[in-house]
Amino acid sequence: MILSLFTAPENADAPPPAAEGAAEAAADVVAAVSQAPLPPVETAHPWALPTAASTFAEDTDNLYLFITALDTLFFVLIMGAMGYFMWKYRRRSKDQKTSSITHSGVIEFLWSAIPTVLLLVIFVWGECDFVRQSVAPADPLEVRVTGQKWYWTVEYPKYPGVSLNSSTEEPALTLMVPKGKPVRLTMTSTDVIHSFFVPAFRVKRDVVPGRYTQIWFEATRIGEFNLFCTEYCGDFHSNMTGVVKVLEPDDFERELIKAGVLTQDEGESMAAYGERIYKRRGCVACHSVDGVDGTGPSWKGMYGRTESLSDGSSVKAEDQYIKDSIYEPNKQVVAGFAPQMPSYQGQLDESQVTAVIEYIKTLK
Amino acid sequence: MADAHSTESNYLTATTGLKSWLFTLDHKRIGLMYLVGVLVFFLAGGIFALTLRTELLTPQGGDFISATTYNKMFTLHGAVMVFLVIIPSVPAALGNFLLPLMLGAKDVAFPRLNLLSFWIYTLGSMFFLFTLAAGQLDTGWTFYTPYSNTSGTAVISATFGAFILGFSSILTGLNFIVTVHKMRAPGLTWNKMPLMVWALYSTAVIQVLATPVLAITLLLLIVERTLMVGIFDPAMGGDPVLYQHFFWFYSHPAVYIMILPGFGIESELIAVHSRKHIFGYKAIALSSVAIAIISFVVWGHHMFVSGQSELAGIVFSFLTFAVAVPTAIKTFSWVATLYKGSIEFNTPMLYGLMFLFTFSIGGLTGIFLGALSVDVHLHDTYFVVAHFHYVMMGGTIIAFVGGIHHWWPKMFGVMYSEKWGKISALFIFVGFNMTFFNQFLLGQQGMPRRYWSYAPQFQQQHILSTVGGYLLLVGFTIIAIYLVHSLRNGEKVGPNPWNAQSLEWTATASPPIEHNFHGQPRVENDPYNFPEIDRTGSSH
Repeated sequence: MILSLFTAPENADAPPPAAEGAAEAAADVVAAVSQAPLPPVETAHPWALPTAASTFAEDTDNLYLFITALDTLFFVLIMGAMGYFMWKYRRRSKDQKTSSITHSGVIEFLWSAIPTVLLLVIFVWGECDFVRQSVAPADPLEVRVTGQKWYWTVEYPKYPGVSLNSSTEEPALTLMVPKGKPVRLTMTSTDVIHSFFVPAFRVKRDVVPGRYTQIWFEATRIGEFNLFCTEYCGDFHSNMTGVVKVLEPDDFERELIKAGVLTQDEGESMAAYGERIYKRRGCVACHSVDGVDGTGPSWKGMYGRTESLSDGSSVKAEDQYIKDSIYEPNKQVVAGFAPQMPSYQGQLDESQVTAVIEYIKTLK
Repeated sequence: MADAHSTESNYLTATTGLKSWLFTLDHKRIGLMYLVGVLVFFLAGGIFALTLRTELLTPQGGDFISATTYNKMFTLHGAVMVFLVIIPSVPAALGNFLLPLMLGAKDVAFPRLNLLSFWIYTLGSMFFLFTLAAGQLDTGWTFYTPYSNTSGTAVISATFGAFILGFSSILTGLNFIVTVHKMRAPGLTWNKMPLMVWALYSTAVIQVLATPVLAITLLLLIVERTLMVGIFDPAMGGDPVLYQHFFWFYSHPAVYIMILPGFGIESELIAVHSRKHIFGYKAIALSSVAIAIISFVVWGHHMFVSGQSELAGIVFSFLTFAVAVPTAIKTFSWVATLYKGSIEFNTPMLYGLMFLFTFSIGGLTGIFLGALSVDVHLHDTYFVVAHFHYVMMGGTIIAFVGGIHHWWPKMFGVMYSEKWGKISALFIFVGFNMTFFNQFLLGQQGMPRRYWSYAPQFQQQHILSTVGGYLLLVGFTIIAIYLVHSLRNGEKVGPNPWNAQSLEWTATASPPIEHNFHGQPRVENDPYNFPEIDRTGSSH
């Protein structure tokens, strides 16, 4: 009964299993997301752990609850003894006699040995689970994750052309995985250290520039879950969040391609396509469209303006300059901004760059 | 004996004028100047913290301060509290004042060196603050590369500032080690030293050994920036994780530089105000030494998820649990000291008992973070923030405040208001737990640290946390008022108002005379052998 205090009830705030109607559940979640900056953290109350949505979660939670129980026991014992002594041996008279006891070999041995044994148990338990989390089973679904200020890019080697991005403005679908299949993330960063954290999966690993780090997990629940960056990475560290979606294996491929391939819809204008690219490919993280400069210059009224650059020269912000700035962003930096934009070479093709330029033209 | 001297001058009145303070060689005056410095920076660090907490009242960012300001504020808060407040708080301020008095010495071994460390601390803190402010540093107090590389050279000057401060630590540490070895009064054997002295001694050893690593880190940073040799910066082929190894190799022992002196104060508070011999003197003394040694080999537990090898993670997890054992032994020994005592609930003792409550929570929650798989979930969340505040503030600062009250009558010869002392202790106890206990719950739900905006479901706990922060402000304000008030209006006290048995109480006046003692004090008694102890009983 006490343990249930610490674990979220099975269905609290999480969509019901697919068997009970996945389509309805998905619609509910989407509605909820559009109101809140993030999907709710899957806890029933402040004392609960997030919903367990991976095979690791249960193991980690069991150890968490074991330590909680043990800590509570020891805290109650220590405070109980202290409280009792405070009451029993409070000073009643000024010359109250006190005991001459100074030490006790037996007691000191016991209170050294018992914690040592308990701590060893906790160490081995945590170590075994950790080792299991370190080695992915054979043939997992491979996913590439790139962190950069302040969004995530997720690609799937098995599905070329598919790319998902988080957004600093809204909760955006960032990672899609099938339920019940091991997934291995190979992660790196293009700028500073980030950290990839999905509380519902109980996984976290730093994303380090210049090297690859890996985590793997197997999702066990259909639903949408939070993704947080947990290594401080600058101004909008707290906006470097995203949504992880777990789907039925049968739906996974279809939904992934639908969400991850960015192409111009039939009848869609170039500018509208450009706006979608702006939101989905991370431009929104640094460039506003309302005239307020962020990490980069706002796009409002930018097209056709003469910009002074940090090297003292100036340039007219037209097609050529915009395209150059997308592919080689740190060559001609507008004065007053730091050269920290990553290159989009290989990430946006010619027609997508054109669409972005068309979109910028509309922002007068 | 003391009454005979009560009309003569003491160290506060022996000489006058600003110069007599700034160029004093008297360890007591140097200690007081450190104390003033530490308290001023504590006020500044506290204001930074409340600015952060005020912004966090609402989930969306920007109600009070911008993201950039928020990031600079938490950098300032962390850096000021760690380098300018907690590290020098007990050793440099109280330690300087007390160590020679407790040893029965006229001063520390090298009084000029002591003044030099104070001046280095002053210059270092000015330089450090100037760097943080002028360099617009927003890296957090850990200065992790490569993020810190993007702030130009500010990270070099900030590390340099920390290194200057570290130099002050090294000199103080060196001074204390020699003082303890060479200047003990006749009869004061190692087994009769007050536990405060043992704690200061262990701290000094860590200071001398760990701080040079910070200098090496600094040197490597400078080599990287000037000779363009890739060491930490991946853009030049370096390894940013290497920086974390270097940083924590200094900064983890520094955690024990911060907490060990707090343990020393706790031993004095508990024993003196319960009129009992400290339980397990040897275990407490030697566990300080054990902690000092093991603290050098646990740095990797800050990096379980940062990309170090799994094997390294496992080894560091094991060693982390090893350091937990001596800490547990100390806690049990303090509680056992209360057994069959005569406990008086005065203000210093209230802080002593509060320490047992808050530090126990801090220590026990460390077990979660030492366990590898659980740490993966909790790392860099509010759980960690709560844990180290329970240790650093619930441990060191609470002990420091208790220590200030305990030795206030010795420092100034006056008593503070006991009534207001108790009221403010209540504010601090409630405010502290309200601020930080919630943060464990936020952390277990996955709320990451250093977030300027957050998901709305966390708001209720953030509000509680912020209100707790304001209660702390009220508590500390009350303390500041009654302590300052007592300087002029406090009741005068005799040399030994607590009837304690160590030399700073038994052998000199309150406040002490300029050269501490008339003649050389001798030690026959154990520092915890109080007159109330019933020698006739057969209890042992």
